[in-house]
Amino acid sequence: MKKKTLFDKVWDSHVVLEVPNGPQVLYIDQHLIHEVTSPQAFAELEERSIPVFRPKQIVATADHNVATKNQHLPIVDDLARNQVEMLTKNCAKNGITLYGLGHQYQGIVHVIAPELGITQPGMTLVCGDSHTSTHGAFGSIAFGIGTSQVAQVFASQCLLLNKPKSLRVNVNGKLAKNVSPKDVILYIISKIGTNSGTGYFCEYAGNVFREMSMEGRMTVCNMSIEMGARGGMIAPDEITFDYIKGRKFAPVGEELLQKIEYWKTLPSDEDAVFDKEYHFDAADIAPMITYGTNPGMGIKITDNIPVVEDASFDKSLDYMGFKKGESLINKPINYVFIGSCTNSRIEDFRVVAQYIKGKQKAANVTALIVPGSQQVAKQIQDEGLTAVFEAAGFEIRQPGCSACLAMNDDKVPAGEYCVSTSNRNFEGRQGQGARTLLASPLVAAATAIEGKIIDISQQLN
Amino acid sequence: MEKFIQLKSTAVPLPIENIDTDQIIPARFLKVTDKIGFGNHLFKDWRFDEKDQPIPTFALNDATYAGSILVAGDNFGCGSSREHAAWALTDYGFKVVVSSYFADIFKGNALNNGLLPIVVSPEFLAVILNKIQAEPKTNLIIDLENQTISIEDTNYTEYFEIDSYKKICMINGYDDIDFLVNNKDIIEAFEKTSLQIITTI
Repeated sequence: MKKKTLFDKVWDSHVVLEVPNGPQVLYIDQHLIHEVTSPQAFAELEERSIPVFRPKQIVATADHNVATKNQHLPIVDDLARNQVEMLTKNCAKNGITLYGLGHQYQGIVHVIAPELGITQPGMTLVCGDSHTSTHGAFGSIAFGIGTSQVAQVFASQCLLLNKPKSLRVNVNGKLAKNVSPKDVILYIISKIGTNSGTGYFCEYAGNVFREMSMEGRMTVCNMSIEMGARGGMIAPDEITFDYIKGRKFAPVGEELLQKIEYWKTLPSDEDAVFDKEYHFDAADIAPMITYGTNPGMGIKITDNIPVVEDASFDKSLDYMGFKKGESLINKPINYVFIGSCTNSRIEDFRVVAQYIKGKQKAANVTALIVPGSQQVAKQIQDEGLTAVFEAAGFEIRQPGCSACLAMNDDKVPAGEYCVSTSNRNFEGRQGQGARTLLASPLVAAATAIEGKIIDISQQLN
Repeated sequence: MEKFIQLKSTAVPLPIENIDTDQIIPARFLKVTDKIGFGNHLFKDWRFDEKDQPIPTFALNDATYAGSILVAGDNFGCGSSREHAAWALTDYGFKVVVSSYFADIFKGNALNNGLLPIVVSPEFLAVILNKIQAEPKTNLIIDLENQTISIEDTNYTEYFEIDSYKKICMINGYDDIDFLVNNKDIIEAFEKTSLQIITTI
């Protein structure tokens, strides 16, 4: 029998039918929606008089457009308020569970589904958001879709797709103590570029990922799309099962035992063949930072910006106000954002709190802490981290996507640099003219304390 | 969806690599609940300055160039899954985008909106860009039936790939919902037999 990859096993078990010489119909177990990419899909179904086929397999939340201050008050921005209200109406009309503003489970869609136990190994999961790849950390096939596809899933719980090719990224060896999952994924993208994953589904393999927490695995899988891959997956194991057990929607008792037995069959067969494969040595990875306007433009924090002769590269450095060959160490930074679906889970904030405890942020810095969900916000409170952040002069906000894409008021001013734990450093991503440097929560914390970029590895050694 | 069979048009060159969907349509314009008017904000921050005045050097503001074909650098449409990017391009009047590489989600979104993404070789992309920059009145000819893109009055022509199912959809103006809804019986039967369906939520 042909050896199968983790991806093959999950994909093949969800194929409903094949169009001759065409795509396959893939069944979707779980659909997540939010306020920005769903209204036009609901409208389309209504226009065509098609009912929502499986409302119980949809979960909604409001995250992209919400304010991170005074969430108990109506949203000030008319358009944003209308969009969030539209989501509420659409969910009520169609019998869809909504964890909206004010609900104890509200938060960034890619933070809440895992923490509620909705995301499970072996399932297919989609959302109108490219960072849906996050959920692949559980060994599920999870990917972002456009609004037309949101409508398709509403109408049929299925999508018409061509099976992507398979890619495996192996990282083995021992990571240095100060190297985080964010550094691992920024390193991988800096090495293979922003489009080498296009057309592929990626599996991350090797002891580095096996030894990572679920939070770390989610950070890695989250950024799969930044190398072009529709999704990223990590084989489920005891760490996965332990994370899921006891969560609100996790299976219990006999059902859990049965599911775990099934989940254990999912990892790629030993001799499974991938269409493309990369190997990296963990010892080569150091704390990373980006200097340009796509996530592939990353360097070790102590390296100099490379010298590349290319018009698009020049345009990018021009936007960032950096020069080829220069070092980023000691560059003054006035904004630090710690949040987003990449790094807003409790583990991220523990790292930050541990570093800044007893320290003060630099006077020039505005430092935002934006928890990924109401539950993370509660954990921050319960673990006593609030006091640490406040004492250090960090501002704690309420959950939402916030300054990752600056749809709300959380914007970085034009021309300013922001060291951000988010996933994209595109032009204007954090506000018109804003300049984003992507980094780990630890590097972001250190930047906030110093008011400039420092060599974190030296400091911790 | 509008049918697409053939197209002859001049083209607008945008020889920048890795154009992400945040540039095509910035997030602050995603707050609406319909699909109308996104063309006004297409490439907003490259097209207009802080005072909302057109930036004359940007190709879409340069009267030299016109047409319903956009020719862009490698890896077009990377980043966010926002279908608003496809809506902005079609609302502005583009029917085709030519590049040497498209990001997956953008490509699917474009096809679902009757916007044809054509992948050409890097060499052919360079030829097209040089030609339209030197002679902006040059027409490109797209023949979807035969899957060719040609530069008018030259011998330059290239075959392009398109999924055969998507080609039928484009030519006939069909979309995927019709197909899926028509197969509901099969989908329901699959649900009954499949073990992986989540039952806990």
